[in-house]
Amino acid sequence: MTIAAVQSKPVPAILPGNGGMRGALSDLLWRRPILLLLLMLLPPLLWLGIVYIGSLFALLLQSFFSIDEFSGLINREFTLKTYGDLFQAANLDIILRTVTMAALVTLASAVIAFPIAYYAARYARGRWKALFYLGVMLPLWSSYLVKIYAWKLILAKEGILTWLLGKLGLLWLLEAWLSLPIVGGNSLSVSFTGTFIVFVYVWLPFMILPVQAALERVPGNLVEASSDLGASPGQTFRNVLFPLALPGIVAGSIFTFSLTLGDYIIPQIIGTSRLFIGQAVYSQQGTAGNIPLAAAFTVVPIVIMGFYLWGAKRLGAFDAL
Amino acid sequence: MTSAVSFKQVSRHFGSVRAVDAVDLDIAPGEFFAMLGPSGSGKTTCLRLIAGFEQPTAGSISIFGERAEGVPPYRRNVNTVFQDYALFPHLNVLDNVAYGLMVKGVGRVERLKAAEEALSLVRLPGYGARRPGQLSGGQRQRVALARALVNQPKVLLLDEPLGALDLKLRENMQEELKSLQKVLGITFVFVTHDQGEALSMADRVAVFNDGRIMQVGTPEDIYQRPRTRFVADFVGSSNVLPPDFVQRYSGQHRWGSLRPESIRVSGATSGDGVAARLVGTNYLGATTRLALDADGLRLHAMVPAGTALPAEGEAVMLTFNREHLHLMDESA
Repeated sequence: MTIAAVQSKPVPAILPGNGGMRGALSDLLWRRPILLLLLMLLPPLLWLGIVYIGSLFALLLQSFFSIDEFSGLINREFTLKTYGDLFQAANLDIILRTVTMAALVTLASAVIAFPIAYYAARYARGRWKALFYLGVMLPLWSSYLVKIYAWKLILAKEGILTWLLGKLGLLWLLEAWLSLPIVGGNSLSVSFTGTFIVFVYVWLPFMILPVQAALERVPGNLVEASSDLGASPGQTFRNVLFPLALPGIVAGSIFTFSLTLGDYIIPQIIGTSRLFIGQAVYSQQGTAGNIPLAAAFTVVPIVIMGFYLWGAKRLGAFDAL
Repeated sequence: MTSAVSFKQVSRHFGSVRAVDAVDLDIAPGEFFAMLGPSGSGKTTCLRLIAGFEQPTAGSISIFGERAEGVPPYRRNVNTVFQDYALFPHLNVLDNVAYGLMVKGVGRVERLKAAEEALSLVRLPGYGARRPGQLSGGQRQRVALARALVNQPKVLLLDEPLGALDLKLRENMQEELKSLQKVLGITFVFVTHDQGEALSMADRVAVFNDGRIMQVGTPEDIYQRPRTRFVADFVGSSNVLPPDFVQRYSGQHRWGSLRPESIRVSGATSGDGVAARLVGTNYLGATTRLALDADGLRLHAMVPAGTALPAEGEAVMLTFNREHLHLMDESA
């Protein structure tokens, strides 16, 4: 059939609608895109607004109540007494311990993650890239508890790490470390060092992925341009790579920092008997029945993260976005 | 006199791909040197070899008499203007320009003053506080130029720096680059795939193909006296004539080249000349390009606009001066 034959059949300029409810509906949504947007956003907004923000608000409200020390009942009058309790020496200790741990875990994660992320962003291609993603994500697929108990065995006095260091003739190093105050202990599995190692292991993927994504967006020729202008590799790292990766590092540190601030399982299984914020919240709302203090403890990480983000923004961490 | 850049049998192979293959090259100090060729011809790899981003697989490179193999880019007094400018997005324009001085440890006041001067050299004074993202393509190009020039390099490398600009801007920048080079006296090595750009700006041109240099010479040499069919065809789209055709007019059995503007087209049907048929016309503004079919040989002619033209499909007669027919080295 020739084109002329096809064209001999008259075709209307405006095609008829395909009829029915569905046709009318898609025409309506096409003419009113706002309607479609509203339909798509309503369920998640309801979820976020009521379930998520709502419960956060309830939490905030509880933290302004107080507990009657004699009857153990909650006194539903607004007071700052519970927040005052946070500043008791024992509670302040818990907060400082948790924040220090979170900061150290974040720092260590960033230092370990950067070279891995850099390799993946700059050099890994095809199969190696797939292997990278698999390697980073694989630990996330297995149960969190299984991993932690596995680490308990690894770090135990009779565990594989002690055995390995013994074979390498480095047991003295481990013993010297464990005899140090604060970070030491009977064995790694009952020391802050053990808690630290497991925190870093568990949260590392959350640092690697955003840093890799940030480095992926840095064009390779910026590194070449820096080198061309006379910058040594170290100078290129400080002046180009690090500032451009900073949004990714900050994004990753939000994960590692806030996850460490809130976790109550790792320090309970691996580490000393001293409490972290998460454990304090757990025991206050459970056995102690002091919901207002538990709520006040929960507000602490939120406030700290708020200050952290504000500081990061002031330092220009998001300028390269 | 030592060459600014000298290549001796330089090769750069990527696996089985010979990006640059046994290239000999000498660029004189203060010269405006263009590397011309289609994409993948090895011209950019040559530039990267001079900059130090690539190391030669074989051969030796010297810059002002000093051996350059194994010397990292940051220890070469050579600067590059990148194709897509490669400005640092997290720094403002002034800090971008001052970057080279900053990493060399020049004090803040001094380097910002030098950067401001470099910006006025490229006619962007007062733009220092802006971010690269707030500039137009032409302005970014000037910033990239200032950022390279502020280091007072011995050789300035330009990798298709005008490729992303629109025509008008490109013509302006061509003139500016040329006069800037004259004023500064720095050796410019300019990579381009645009033959017009190479011919109009360079003192000498090297034509690249398949990792090799096909011909080096002045723009006039390259244009008027191409040595091979590739050069004739790539530079100015000359009519490449087969040996049998050439023999009829010159007596020599060799490949020839005839520039489209050297062909005269008349509507006569008899007399001296090559009988042909007009196949198509392309109006180009100042000139009109004619596609002609001379007994199976496809030819192009360029005639001034306003010339009375026969209709498409009509028989025409082609004439040209014998001396315009250039014989190439390549024999049959």
